[in-house]
Amino acid sequence: MIPAAFEYVRAGSAEEAISLIAQHGDEAKFLAGGHSLVPLMKLRLAQPSVLIDIGRVSDLSYVTDAGDHIAIGALTRHRDVETSPIVLEHAPLLAHATSHVGDPQVRHRGTIGGSLAHADPASDLPATTLALGATYVVQGPGGTREIPAGSFYEGYLTSVLAADEMLTEIRVPKMNGAGWSFQKFNRRAQDWAIVGVAAWRNGSEAGVALVNMASVPVLATSVGAAIASGASIEDAAAEAAAEADPQADLNASVEYRQHLARVLTRRALEEASA
Amino acid sequence: MEISITVNGQVVSADVEPRTLLVQFIRDNAGLTGTNIGCDTSSCGACSIHLDGEAVKSCTVLAAQADGGSVTTIEGMASADGTLHPMQQAFMEHHGLQCGYCTPGMVMAATSLLNENPSATEEEIRIGLEGNLCRCTGYHNIVQAVLSCTKS
Repeated sequence: MIPAAFEYVRAGSAEEAISLIAQHGDEAKFLAGGHSLVPLMKLRLAQPSVLIDIGRVSDLSYVTDAGDHIAIGALTRHRDVETSPIVLEHAPLLAHATSHVGDPQVRHRGTIGGSLAHADPASDLPATTLALGATYVVQGPGGTREIPAGSFYEGYLTSVLAADEMLTEIRVPKMNGAGWSFQKFNRRAQDWAIVGVAAWRNGSEAGVALVNMASVPVLATSVGAAIASGASIEDAAAEAAAEADPQADLNASVEYRQHLARVLTRRALEEASA
Repeated sequence: MEISITVNGQVVSADVEPRTLLVQFIRDNAGLTGTNIGCDTSSCGACSIHLDGEAVKSCTVLAAQADGGSVTTIEGMASADGTLHPMQQAFMEHHGLQCGYCTPGMVMAATSLLNENPSATEEEIRIGLEGNLCRCTGYHNIVQAVLSCTKS
């Protein structure tokens, strides 16, 4: 299938990218790895009139140890996040969840920033970074702001990013040896999760977030609160769908999604507690 | 827009619309039809080629994104004297194909997989080829072919 026609410009730096998007306004979209955007354009579900290719802004591709957190440039490819010794050591839940994104070919091109900015609640990384309490750094003509993952997602494919802003860095607090688990339930290899759970646990502290259980990634705060108050895994997992608002679709009814969330949360907590 | 991509060692330049997919550039501008379009929705992997050394799905990359880059297609896998690449030889010996439609993509994806993980296990191969679908073989002989190319 062929995308609708568009104008193509290439940015060499974050500053250039922001100045280009300010120029072209609402009609422009950033193109990073293109593995969320190009499929939509081929189906003509997205028809930007200008594409600003930021795929070669190489100074936004990095993984660094920043003390209490790790800093990942928005244009870091999934393959590089998945295999980064720093991510594997300090945020293994993120490395593992990233290895579930698409397939190897997709992971050679897709970027963490592109995935998060696309804001699909069925994607693996929004929920995973939400569970980990990540902060997203966003740059615009007015300067830089830091947005907690919990405040970033507004609705289906909608984030708080302004039309002239660009996600530049993701800051993930170090897990400091916490147990973790990523549960992704689907029927076919490389499919999106029908429901997914990203979880970590360190004693009475736990962070659990759900994939594809609402129009945004869902932080299962009731599960975290239950664990903190000493509840059993079984009882905590029973609260999995408390903050969720799952939709029915071709793959699952609302009730089935709620059931999956409880089962997968129980499995995730068991694995994270082992 | 004018773009130039090195395909199998030869520079191919063309004036294309920005919305031209890399798979279209390879098939129509470079004239190399070994790379197939299967699903056109980034699932099946029949369009897999190497871009700057890594397997990617050429139906999901704009030719413009590959401008100035280096592409290897299935046609570029055999040596100049016609000797098959070991992965191609293995697919032949292990009967890793029937209709052959997924095969170019499978060979490119498998080669990239073993470049990154030369001693991949059977499980790593099965997971590593998740991006490539085959309707004919049930994958068994494909996996055997790839396994035969691993280093122990």
